[in-house]
Amino acid sequence: MKWLHKDLLDVSQLSRSEVMAIFETAGRFQELQERPVKKVPTLKGRSVILFFAEPSTRTKTSFDVAGKRLSADTFSLSKSSSSLTKGESLKDTALTLQAMAPDAIVIRHWCSGAARFLADRLDCSVINAGDGRHAHPTQALLDSFTLHQEWGDLAGKTVLILGDIAHSRVARSNVILLNKLGAKVRLCGPRTLLPPAVRTWPVEVYSDLNEAVRNVDAVMCLRLQLERQKDGLLPDLREYARTYGLGQKHVDLANQDVKIMHPGPMNRGVEISSDLADAAGSLVLDQVSSGVVIRMALLFLYMTRKGEE
Amino acid sequence: MAKADLIVRRAKMDGKDVDVFVSRGKIVEVKKSVRSLDPGDAIVEEAFGLTLMASMTDVHVHLREPGYEYKEDVESGLRAAAWGGFSNIMCMANTKPVNDCDSVTELMLEKARKYWPKGPRLFPIGALTKGLSGKELAPMAELARAGCAAFSNDGVPVKSSKIFRLAVEYASDWDRVVIDHCEDPYLGVAAGVNEGEVSSRLGLPAQPDIAEALQVGRDILLAEYLDLPIHLAHISCKKSVDLIRFAKQRGVKITAETTPHYLTMTEDILEAEGTQYDTNAKVNPPLRTEADRLCMIEALNDGTIDCLATDHAPHALHEKETEFDVAPCGITGLDTALSVTWQLVRDGVLTREAFTRAWTTAPTAIFKLPVNTFKPGDPADFFLFDEDEQWTVSATTLYSKGKNTPLLGSTLKGRVKTHFIAGKKIV
Repeated sequence: MKWLHKDLLDVSQLSRSEVMAIFETAGRFQELQERPVKKVPTLKGRSVILFFAEPSTRTKTSFDVAGKRLSADTFSLSKSSSSLTKGESLKDTALTLQAMAPDAIVIRHWCSGAARFLADRLDCSVINAGDGRHAHPTQALLDSFTLHQEWGDLAGKTVLILGDIAHSRVARSNVILLNKLGAKVRLCGPRTLLPPAVRTWPVEVYSDLNEAVRNVDAVMCLRLQLERQKDGLLPDLREYARTYGLGQKHVDLANQDVKIMHPGPMNRGVEISSDLADAAGSLVLDQVSSGVVIRMALLFLYMTRKGEE
Repeated sequence: MAKADLIVRRAKMDGKDVDVFVSRGKIVEVKKSVRSLDPGDAIVEEAFGLTLMASMTDVHVHLREPGYEYKEDVESGLRAAAWGGFSNIMCMANTKPVNDCDSVTELMLEKARKYWPKGPRLFPIGALTKGLSGKELAPMAELARAGCAAFSNDGVPVKSSKIFRLAVEYASDWDRVVIDHCEDPYLGVAAGVNEGEVSSRLGLPAQPDIAEALQVGRDILLAEYLDLPIHLAHISCKKSVDLIRFAKQRGVKITAETTPHYLTMTEDILEAEGTQYDTNAKVNPPLRTEADRLCMIEALNDGTIDCLATDHAPHALHEKETEFDVAPCGITGLDTALSVTWQLVRDGVLTREAFTRAWTTAPTAIFKLPVNTFKPGDPADFFLFDEDEQWTVSATTLYSKGKNTPLLGSTLKGRVKTHFIAGKKIV
């Protein structure tokens, strides 16, 4: 498939067939993971700047590994090491980076819309690695890819997304992508952590986890930002864990062989019980592996989009 | 009848060609144009069929001087007002330093006299509380004596209902109306986007319409309790309109304004392709829903909303060319207000009567400012307007220093060609 998009800002830009093309490409890269030498020269001479204005270990490392396995040169820039801390605007930082002629910039930023802001101003590909509460397309793609690997077709499956939906870019992108792939989506969390207009989303909304989890095929737990309690959105973490923390008793209500997912990093004992995180049905580490191959696929497709492979 | 020293010939008014006779800055007579006329010593201005309109009044403008002259200054703001069709503008107190002492008021007025001695007329609005802190009353007597026409904490709503009550009472001693920026200070302050479907999809922290309506409710109860007037600034939503309508039915001394952008734009602009996350559409209160927009038009037509104001809020390009969360709220408005709202009249959405009331007679009545209704003795404040001239909103066609409007690149119809204030041609 000839890749036509310049940027990846959210999964809403992608057609179902484009998602399948990403999965297919990622699937081919999976074989590479098992080789003794996990590197191919595909993107040799290309450069990717990893611009993470917000802390990240997992996503940044995943992109770094993905780039290096394709022989791209990856350069990291964090907020603390960038001029943003000196008051430089995002626009000037972006233009400075552009002047270094990268082929792609992977950006994570605390403001919704920041990836689009860069994409509108830069010639190179911009890949959104999470912008504010808005979107996290690569996480959604790797989550669906992980389920695709387990189930094949996602159509007809029911996925519950559990926790702090209001502040979650992971949830927003997953709702869009899971619907696009034919899955039914349920959301569950306290009202204070649900978006104001969630009833207009293509989802079923629950406040009782025991009801929400009934007959689902997968549960995606979301990380709870512990400062939400300070914001007054929760009485305390203990109550949250008792009411919305996923435990074995909930899994027993779900469909047999239910898959447990978490984008990490996990607060064990808060949004998910520790046992469950390590249980047989847990796909948490599969998600990490999928993350590398999905990001390899994306770097490959976006950086060779002009047929310059 | 006084001898005319200015005659404007063949202007179009209500579909007829008229001649306007002016003497010593006042209207003498407006009558059907005649083929030939002996002007005597009068200056003759040939209108060539341009539309004659009474100058407008804008009771809500941010001129930014002193302190933020890079965004706007008195000179550039008055230039935009002159070309925008405004003879009277009231400027808010959130300057740096805040307009909470007579020296700041006097500085503004001195600048206006220096750069625009013939108008537009500037009426500063004094701070309601010192430094807009919401804690201590500003010296309103001093500010009124220096020339402040009203008082407001616009931009920084007063949290304490007690302080706000005292401010309304104290201002009344000086026969000044208090203008309130209606916003519950704890419900999504200055988020710049409406809480609802769009904000939930875009993942933006947002302000619900009840943040405005709660404060409107408070002000209505206070105004009724004190039997004193309160003017509600930049009303944006149906919930507020419902409360204001209820208050007016009870005879409460509440007046209200809305802005051209709440009549013509909605939150959807922030999600549309090409304008997604457009910081030029970030404004406080935020652009609301289509139902709110339609309600604002209805409320203006039926008089529930008394007047229009631009809430002209110029910002520098670099301040708006940034992440949405970081960008300041505000839309520049003096240049575009007339074209935008006249288009609503042209489209049959806004009545001609509501247009005239909202831009001229209502704001001047509320704040006791000069008004031209073309009756003999009225101030000769009017402009000639080319209804058909098309212009594209751009950095070069806006007279304000602020270029921050979602209308950038749009083509509007209608421009001021000549403007007279007190019978003197200012542009």
